[in-house]
Amino acid sequence: MIFKSSRRQLLALLLAAVAPLSFAQSNELSLLNVSYDPTRELYQAFNPEFSRYWKEKTGQSVTVRQSHGGSGKQARSVIDGLDADVVTLALAYDIDAIAEKSGKLPADWQKRLPHNASPYASTIVFLVRKGNPKGIKDWDDLVKPGVQVITPNPKTSGGARWNYLAAWGYALKKGGSEAAARDYVSRLLKNVPVLDPAARGATNTFVQRGLGDVLLAWENEAFLSINELGPDKFEIVVPSVSILAEPPVAVVDAVARKRGTETVARAYLEYLYSPVGQKLAARHYYRPIKPELADARDVARFPKVNFIRIDDLGGWQAAQQKHFSDGGSFDQIYGR
Amino acid sequence: MTATRTFRVLPGFNLTLGYTLGYLSLLILIPLSAVFLKTFGMGWARFVEVVTAPQVVATYKLSFGASLLAAAINAVFGLMLAWALVRYSFPGKKIVDALVDLPFALPTAVAGIALTALYAKNGWLGQYLEEIGIKVAFTPLGVLVALVFIGLPFVVRTVQPILEDLDTELEEAAASLGAQRWQTFRHVIFPILLPALLTGFALAFARAVGEYGSVIFIAGNLPFVSEITPLMIITKLEQYDYQGATAIASVMLVFSFILLLIINGLQAWTAKRTGRDR
Repeated sequence: MIFKSSRRQLLALLLAAVAPLSFAQSNELSLLNVSYDPTRELYQAFNPEFSRYWKEKTGQSVTVRQSHGGSGKQARSVIDGLDADVVTLALAYDIDAIAEKSGKLPADWQKRLPHNASPYASTIVFLVRKGNPKGIKDWDDLVKPGVQVITPNPKTSGGARWNYLAAWGYALKKGGSEAAARDYVSRLLKNVPVLDPAARGATNTFVQRGLGDVLLAWENEAFLSINELGPDKFEIVVPSVSILAEPPVAVVDAVARKRGTETVARAYLEYLYSPVGQKLAARHYYRPIKPELADARDVARFPKVNFIRIDDLGGWQAAQQKHFSDGGSFDQIYGR
Repeated sequence: MTATRTFRVLPGFNLTLGYTLGYLSLLILIPLSAVFLKTFGMGWARFVEVVTAPQVVATYKLSFGASLLAAAINAVFGLMLAWALVRYSFPGKKIVDALVDLPFALPTAVAGIALTALYAKNGWLGQYLEEIGIKVAFTPLGVLVALVFIGLPFVVRTVQPILEDLDTELEEAAASLGAQRWQTFRHVIFPILLPALLTGFALAFARAVGEYGSVIFIAGNLPFVSEITPLMIITKLEQYDYQGATAIASVMLVFSFILLLIINGLQAWTAKRTGRDR
């Protein structure tokens, strides 16, 4: 019996391996969604919903495969030839890079879907240890002496760029000048004992290694950490001001054209804006762009935040150049 | 003058040489030349600017310094371990012998996470070290610990077979001629082991220079303090600066190649001197 079933499994595996080769002839479609780390659970829930919807609507079966990793690394894979029909990454800069370096999608990709092509959003919050022993309430508490802040390196982590810009944006708003922002961020970085290369690594450092008093994290990641580790260990502190983090999505035109998946790829992304997509986003701790479509109970978990937008800071291209390129503000602060 | 043909066990010198060169080109030379070719696209001035940036120079010091030190530590302790494994029999010897290879088999990220968990301030070892003021995780010392870990098998496995071949009669002869223990080691055993020890050292060093996975978890990665050169390459890639990345990679390659050449030369020289040259 065991032998039989394992043989069957082997056969299924083999079939799965050759299935992509035969999609052109059959009515069987496949999509590859290249995404970043924290969306794994969201798309695991969303993909079967989309397949069901598509089957009902058109009669075609579609399987969606997902690939996850650091946002920048994923973008590089697509540039280097990974056949992604759609990309759903952490920041617009990474999709811009695909457009610029490979020409696989047009430069104005972000105008093709509503809300800067971001069906869901998130923000940067503070994860602190239970009881908030250091009394961290807002950004100003992060630069106090003796407070250790964990955040990944913005030069290697997309998530960390949102953290950095949130801090910068806060200080800019409060102090009113570039000099004030720079001063605040350099004081903040003095309290950072470790710079992990990626967001998941930073979460590990804070959660598993017990290092630091506060972790700067995506709101959805903070919720996930609390879910996994129990509400008795950590709590979320939402600062008065934070950045509206918009993880955008796009069809990679050249790939979709080649694989004959343009229609279904576009429908896949549009479905993220549907009630089903919005509900699932909210359930997985992303702020839905149309909260009225999601479950009120899920939406109630998101406190009101005063948002800074990336466009207030000049948009991604300018922000990247100014802060995270070689010799940018981050390097200047660490420079000697 | 008549050319004497040396007798070889395996026929077809041309075939094997051709095959070796083809294989080497495909696996090593072509990918490596791609690194240099990509670098050539950037122009000399920009190349110099990238590879001599203070932050990058700081990483060379840490990467090569920690790698040399780790290889040296492994040479000493690897030799001791190999000695114990060859010369003594004790319960569980087979298990210890197998354990030596574990750093080869373990995914380096797993090693990094395990070491960090151990040495972090809430870890088994870290909590006691912290009390006496030694911080390992998230410092350059942590980098060293990780590099020692991954390099250990190289020295043990290169020295072990030589030690096994070594007749104890040699030592007995030395002793009967009145040599002290230290003299026997210094003048009889060590010269025989030295070439293998140097090979092990070179391998451990080469492995350490290129190591990324395990180090990155324990290093802390602060600019100018605990960043390794491979991290600089990743940093460049994250900015889509492919040429900057290959520029640093080519500097690493040249450095490593020169150092390995020196060590191999040293090894050949000692081998000749001790008459083990064949």
